[in-house]
Amino acid sequence: MRARSQAASGAWWRVIRALVFVCALAPALRLVLWPVFDLAGANPIEFVTRSSGTWTLVMLCLTLALSPLRRLTGWSAWVRLRRMLGLFTFFYAALHALTWLWLDQWFDLKAMLRDIVDRPFITVGFVAFVMMIPLAATSTDAMIRRLGRRWGQLHRLIYLIAPLAILHYLWHKSGKNDYAEVSIYAAVLAVLLGLRVFFRWRRSASAHLPRS
Amino acid sequence: MLIRIPDPTEPRGSEMTSERAYFNRRRWLTSTVAGLAASATSASALGAAPGAADAKSTVGGSAAPVRTILQGDDPKAQRLAATPSDLSTIERPTSYKWVTTYNNFYEFGTDKDDPARQAHRLRVRPWTIEVEGAVARSRTFDIEELLRMAPLEERIYRMRCVEGWSMVIPWIGFPLSELIRRAEPTGSAKYLEFITLADPKQMPGLRSPVIDWPYTEGLRMDEAMHPLTLLTLGLYGQVLPNQNGAPVRLVVPWKYGFKSSKSLVKIRFLDKQPVTSWMKSSPNEYGFYSNVNPGVDHPRWSQASERRIGEDGFLTRKRPTLMFNGYGGQVASLYSGMDLTRFI
Repeated sequence: MRARSQAASGAWWRVIRALVFVCALAPALRLVLWPVFDLAGANPIEFVTRSSGTWTLVMLCLTLALSPLRRLTGWSAWVRLRRMLGLFTFFYAALHALTWLWLDQWFDLKAMLRDIVDRPFITVGFVAFVMMIPLAATSTDAMIRRLGRRWGQLHRLIYLIAPLAILHYLWHKSGKNDYAEVSIYAAVLAVLLGLRVFFRWRRSASAHLPRS
Repeated sequence: MLIRIPDPTEPRGSEMTSERAYFNRRRWLTSTVAGLAASATSASALGAAPGAADAKSTVGGSAAPVRTILQGDDPKAQRLAATPSDLSTIERPTSYKWVTTYNNFYEFGTDKDDPARQAHRLRVRPWTIEVEGAVARSRTFDIEELLRMAPLEERIYRMRCVEGWSMVIPWIGFPLSELIRRAEPTGSAKYLEFITLADPKQMPGLRSPVIDWPYTEGLRMDEAMHPLTLLTLGLYGQVLPNQNGAPVRLVVPWKYGFKSSKSLVKIRFLDKQPVTSWMKSSPNEYGFYSNVNPGVDHPRWSQASERRIGEDGFLTRKRPTLMFNGYGGQVASLYSGMDLTRFI
């Protein structure tokens, strides 16, 4: 009886995971198909650049929302989606970087280096992307086992990556003094990272309470 | 009279068009005009179709000019008659669709498609331009007066946006110098300031503090008097669509697009250089002159190359940006002796 219900929940779980996977991949299909069918507007490369950047931030917010959700709802299932969404964050960041590297700069190394050195908003975006590479590379079960405690320490890089990504977006938008969207992402990320700090603080505070 | 000085930075027609294609086109034009004239004559001889008779008078027999001005796709738009100009580039114009849907006009929102969606709120009649400052007397020009002020010309210009993209647009207008002459500036008038409408009831973008509204721009007197500087009333053979700066705007083709103010309501003649909206809002990013200059980067991106909208597509590289947007032959002398890496 019990084995059967476990099998059933396993099947449900596979369906949920497949649904999340398809939903997370849909924006990437749009990125490819819209320019092909001439739906991406007057400046398709700008469309791909901006859209991939936006979806990187959305995926980052979703990934970071999972563990606070586990605490708030008491369901541990949320966290089982974390690796997939984390890798989607990296996937969109890589598309974003590749658009710049290829469609915008045509792998002109000299121009790219100059951009990275001279322009703070590109510097910051580039650094944030490079810091995501070790996180994506250590996402396999084998790496998690091998790194042990250090895996958790390494993945705290996200506390640096998230603010850098926001700064990248903020500096990009600064020309138009238009901070409406940036503020939303900044607020969401601040809450999600802040919640973690808060939970940790509460746990350590309660650990030091005198036991009766 | 305008004498066309060949621009060394602009490719010659013969470099782009093979001799054979050129003569084939001539032959096609001649036969078409002859055919049109013939059909018009026979139609009016039969006493039918006044439209056809009009065609005859437009074509005007074998000596008629064969060039016609470009027409937009919008059948409802009010047409504007104009004559072609030798100052037009021979490059392929950007499609009417992109010219009228990919716009920077922050009074209607900061996204490129905001102006096309929001600018229907703009009321373009009645409309006047006030002229004040260092002039013999302040006065007001009505838009109907402007439409009749001087012969309208079609000027096909390159337009280079400071953001790194460009278009080729068939504007319709007349040299700003025609208006300046009628405004009778005094000897102390050295600069002009251009002021765009700022009405929150018509312009939803004014709610966001992108810049200190109204939008203001400026030119030095000799820049404003230059024959390329166009007071613009239309594009693609019709009156300006609202999102393109209706009913009257400026076009200064050798400067970044933001120098070409839209929906003008006031022109001030000044003895000192005005501080423009962008100089106020981002002093370290924008200067007064803002001439297109591939050698001087924007702090946030390179200006060495540009993407031509509708052409430089997905798998083509950006094209190199030309000094003064390719109009150096005509305008470089305005800046002789000036260090253009300092006077940006």
